[in-house]
Amino acid sequence: MVALPQVWEWLQEVSDPEIPAISVVDLGIVRDVRWHGPELEVTITPTYSGCPAIQVIAGDIASHLRAHGVQPVRLTTRLAPAWSTDWITERGREALRQSQITPPAPPGLTAIAPQVACPHCGSGDTECVSTFGSTPCKALYRCRACREPFDYFKPLA
Amino acid sequence: MNTAAEFCLRLGDSDLVLSQRLGEWCGHGPVLEEDLALTNVALDLLGQARLWLTLAGDLEAEAGGQHRTEDDLAFLRDAGQFRNLLLVEQPNGDYAQTMTRQYLFDAWHLPLLNALAAGGPARIAAIAAKAQKEAAYHLRRSRDWVVRLGDGTTESHRRMQTALDGLWPFTGEMFAADAVDNAVVPLTDLQTPWREEVSATLALATLELPAAAWMQKGGKQGVHSEKLGHLLAEMQFLQRAYPGAQW
Repeated sequence: MVALPQVWEWLQEVSDPEIPAISVVDLGIVRDVRWHGPELEVTITPTYSGCPAIQVIAGDIASHLRAHGVQPVRLTTRLAPAWSTDWITERGREALRQSQITPPAPPGLTAIAPQVACPHCGSGDTECVSTFGSTPCKALYRCRACREPFDYFKPLA
Repeated sequence: MNTAAEFCLRLGDSDLVLSQRLGEWCGHGPVLEEDLALTNVALDLLGQARLWLTLAGDLEAEAGGQHRTEDDLAFLRDAGQFRNLLLVEQPNGDYAQTMTRQYLFDAWHLPLLNALAAGGPARIAAIAAKAQKEAAYHLRRSRDWVVRLGDGTTESHRRMQTALDGLWPFTGEMFAADAVDNAVVPLTDLQTPWREEVSATLALATLELPAAAWMQKGGKQGVHSEKLGHLLAEMQFLQRAYPGAQW
């Protein structure tokens, strides 16, 4: 039986299909991993209710673990507590920045209108173009300083 | 169907039907950003509908009834078995009508989900706690549009007032509680805060709150307009024509 820290390490290699830079662990989707006899149970929580990526993610997790020789794998979905962008790790936030996506306002600051910094030039002089972007989790912004459009990962807390 | 299952069916059907209506805008939005926003809201609502319908099917089975999946409930029931609010089956009309319908719904949806998350039975509360975050985001957007279009040009103002007056008679049903609602949540208590929210927004939007009028109801009991039948004919076509089809 493989040790759980090793399983978590493998899960770090599974990325979000729509934002490949970030792993499903750093996104806060994987809530629990445990053995039930010979079977490994991975508990995941959906981000947005209708996000189509969750089915792909479940499939990716199962096939990735299988490739490392772990089977059978059981995927369980847990709704409560509901996923929050506060669960995105610091490493995950940095990965978003690296892919030109501004990470959500940090925990505690989500209630007030956050200053959304441009991931290209760092300027805080930005405006919201649309409250929805290319995926359910993002909004579309524009930087007034460098004129570049960019995605903002919406805070959901 | 038992009470809790019936309650979940009402919420699930309202989410599903509104999602289908919003989906009709796909590829027809006035600008690209709005096309994306409408379909993203539709996607959130569809996800919520799936959770509610799945739970409704499970609860029915646990009470000794047949077990129906989310797909059975979505695709294999006729209009008379749908329990959605009449408000959400109203056609898209122009953008004023679509956004007014959305706002009136969102302003009801969010406090209802908040109440369910705080005091509903565990499995209902879990779905509500997830959905409330999305509903809060929807409300912020639809409220912005009501203000922007209401307090916009003469033409946009006229269209908004027309939409509001036309949809108003469908708002009473949201708070008309029966035994099913009362068993889960004190729905009537939500009416005053809803009215305050709507009045404040309409004032900002320079729109007139419609006078007290006769209120249409029946959706929650399965009495619908013919508009729902047309919507279902499109939504259910594939499963009706090719039963059991999968992809």
